[in-house]
Amino acid sequence: MSDAPSSQRITKRPGDDPLLVVENLKTHFHIDAGVVRAVDGVSFKLDRGKTLGIVGESGSGKTVLSRSVMRLNIAENVETAGSVKYDGVELLGKSNKEMRDYWGVEMAMVFQDPMTSLNPVVKVGRQLTEHVRYHLNTSKKEARLAAIELLRSVKIPEPESRFDVYPHEMSGGMRQRVCIASALACGPKMLFADEPTTALDVTVQHQILNLLQQAQQDRFMTMIMVTHDLGVVAGRTDDIAVMYAGKIVEKAPTRTLFAQMKHPYTQALLQSIPRASNPKHTRLSAISGRPPDLINPPSGCKFSPRCPYAQDKCYEVEPELKADTTPGHEFACHFPVGTPEGDAAFEANMAAGKPQTLAAAGKLAATEDLVTGGAV
Amino acid sequence: MAGSGKAHLRPESETILRVEDLHVEFPVGGGRTVYAVSGISFDIAKGETLGLVGESGCGKSTTGRAILQLPRPTRGSVKLGGEDLMAMDGEKMRQKRTDLQMIFQDPISSLNPRRMVGEVVAEPLEVWGPHDADEQWKIVSNMLDNVGIDPDVARYKRAHEFSGGQCQRISIARALVMEPELIICDEPVSALDVSVQAQILNMLEDLKAQYGLTLVFIAHDLAVVKNISDRVAVMYLGKMCELSESDELYERPAHPYTSLLLGSTPIPDPLVNIHDVPEAEGELPSPISPPSGCRFRTRCPYADEICERVEPQMRKISDDHYVACHHPLVEAEEVAVSFD
Ligand SMILES: Nc1ncnc2c1ncn2[C@@H]1O[C@H](COP(=O)(O)OP(=O)(O)OP(=O)(O)O)[C@@H](O)[C@H]1O
Ligand SMILES: Nc1ncnc2c1ncn2[C@@H]1O[C@H](COP(=O)(O)OP(=O)(O)O)[C@@H](O)[C@H]1O
Ligand code: SF4
Ligand code: SF4
Ligand SMILES: [Mg+2]
Ligand SMILES: [Mg+2]
Repeated sequence: MSDAPSSQRITKRPGDDPLLVVENLKTHFHIDAGVVRAVDGVSFKLDRGKTLGIVGESGSGKTVLSRSVMRLNIAENVETAGSVKYDGVELLGKSNKEMRDYWGVEMAMVFQDPMTSLNPVVKVGRQLTEHVRYHLNTSKKEARLAAIELLRSVKIPEPESRFDVYPHEMSGGMRQRVCIASALACGPKMLFADEPTTALDVTVQHQILNLLQQAQQDRFMTMIMVTHDLGVVAGRTDDIAVMYAGKIVEKAPTRTLFAQMKHPYTQALLQSIPRASNPKHTRLSAISGRPPDLINPPSGCKFSPRCPYAQDKCYEVEPELKADTTPGHEFACHFPVGTPEGDAAFEANMAAGKPQTLAAAGKLAATEDLVTGGAV
Repeated sequence: MAGSGKAHLRPESETILRVEDLHVEFPVGGGRTVYAVSGISFDIAKGETLGLVGESGCGKSTTGRAILQLPRPTRGSVKLGGEDLMAMDGEKMRQKRTDLQMIFQDPISSLNPRRMVGEVVAEPLEVWGPHDADEQWKIVSNMLDNVGIDPDVARYKRAHEFSGGQCQRISIARALVMEPELIICDEPVSALDVSVQAQILNMLEDLKAQYGLTLVFIAHDLAVVKNISDRVAVMYLGKMCELSESDELYERPAHPYTSLLLGSTPIPDPLVNIHDVPEAEGELPSPISPPSGCRFRTRCPYADEICERVEPQMRKISDDHYVACHHPLVEAEEVAVSFD
């Protein structure tokens, strides 16, 4: 494999429109305590053959967003609005029965915990053959051969002999390979991977991410990769969207995002990652507090109670997602990182001793990180 | 089979914990045995943090629990402040355990869901005193305060009402109330988001400075371990591969497995070419029938005939840097230079 992102090596077929167009998507859950605004007005387009990373803290709405696009979370208490167009066809409003023509065949999902998509009491080979037969209507024998080929394609050694083992007899990494094989079984055009490696060790994570990227390139798939770790998507995506409290707060081509990030939340996420290249005991830059209550989110910018740059205006006026100068770069912030206004805001907060600003600068006792950002 | 050597141990007078030739074996059905930990040795000085790193199943948790004698190791010795824990009877060990505390990966399930947070943190005091309720609350509220949890808010709430990061703070407060000599942190941040992870790592560093804590810090992410540890021990399939001062380990990894771990750690920079990094070959072998000689040889790109036959022993590479490998990478570099 080379380091070039997939899109640079595969020439886009001219005249192709985006495979996925999401507009003002809202997914709200009605519970006793109120309305959980898990996804609250998300719009993006995804071109064929591209990989989009979706990054954010726990509870920011990454999983609900991917499940909403695939129409997987159609529960009693859910209310979805907006538009999801896949290959030109509106998916919102389609019944589960209609969606069955899409699941597996057009779009498939790999989950964080492999056991959620594997049946623990059925041997892996049979799970795969049944899956293939359900969708592709082949003979038992053909399905078996197809399943063995699939296992081989996800680099499971000696697939014939692994055919008759139960999921619990495999390691976590092997199980995730089986899930990927199953997701690839019917040749989907679009693959969602929701934290596919969060439960795995670094060495296995590296293998699985390589495998996903290889599959994406070989099959010219369009991919959405969900993670809370910017390190996981840094070298493996064309674009990254950063989510906070149910909204996209910044989106850009991957290299632009890292080189010219404008949103303080993106910067905070990046700076909180420990790096092996830093000397031991390097003070980490922490994000104070925790994500907001999605039933009663703060007024103005939802990141304001934790933002090192926040000024009076931020507590009153919610910033809109708007285009930056670099093509494809959008962000929602009144005092962007790296601009004169942003620098002045940060300086002013440092001078005033604002706790979240001190924490970001690594100058706050860690016990006070919780003080901002809402009640216990 | 010989152990992995002890060249890296320091004089006993300089350390508070000394583990020698530790073996932990679990009998499993059919007369078979899991060789979870096989002859590892290490020591820790007071106020030091030792990181234990390695992939899932390599024996990190088993090593941590063996220090606490949970369960009793199969053989070897574990000495805390010169006292041999392996020789202590049950009652004596129960008392000793107040000096040794453990923090676990899953913060929510490691706290009793039926009791209020105030009581959960006071649990060790209920056994060992002080028994006076007011005195207990004084200690507990002070500790909660130290970990950034408002004691008056938390006192009558239950663990599930808190986030994962807050529960981890509460477990740390509970571990601290007995003022233990050693705290074993078993993957305390592996289940947390990067943002919460930073808060917890910073807090452990602050508490270490405040209380002079001695820590064993277990994780599979080398970047995390390196950040918090003074020294790092790299484990593979029940053996110790390399032990070094943390910065030196990153700059000059000597064991092929350490180098693989370092290469697999994601770097948040799109300009770093991830595909330059070799992938780990194959899978971790079964600890029921570990490979002969060097246990890493089935996946090691440098393995040769001697690696199959002879188990490598720990030897010194430089100050406070030891490796158990027949063909260490650092030496290999020196050889390459002399060929020019
Ligand atoms: N069925 C449901 N009913 C009510 N609230 C829900 C439901 N499913 C999700 N939520 C809420 O929606 C919000 C977003 O959840 P989501 O699972 O998408 O987060 P995430 O970004 O994927 O987080 P993580 O990193 O933890 O996976 C959370 O506040 C969650 O509690
Ligand atoms: N009680 C037990 N019975 C049998 N095998 C065990 C037991 N505890 C741990 N093991 C095995 O010992 C090895 C080391 O496990 P562990 O210490 O949990 O690894 P780590 O913490 O590094 O992931 C693994 O192969 C594990 O399956
Ligand atoms: S500077 Fe203001 S608008 Fe921008 S992220 Fe911070 S709080 Fe929000
Ligand atoms: S002893 Fe041999 S097999 Fe083991 S790590 Fe060193 S070179 Fe590799
Ligand atoms: Mg999720
Ligand atoms: Mg463990």
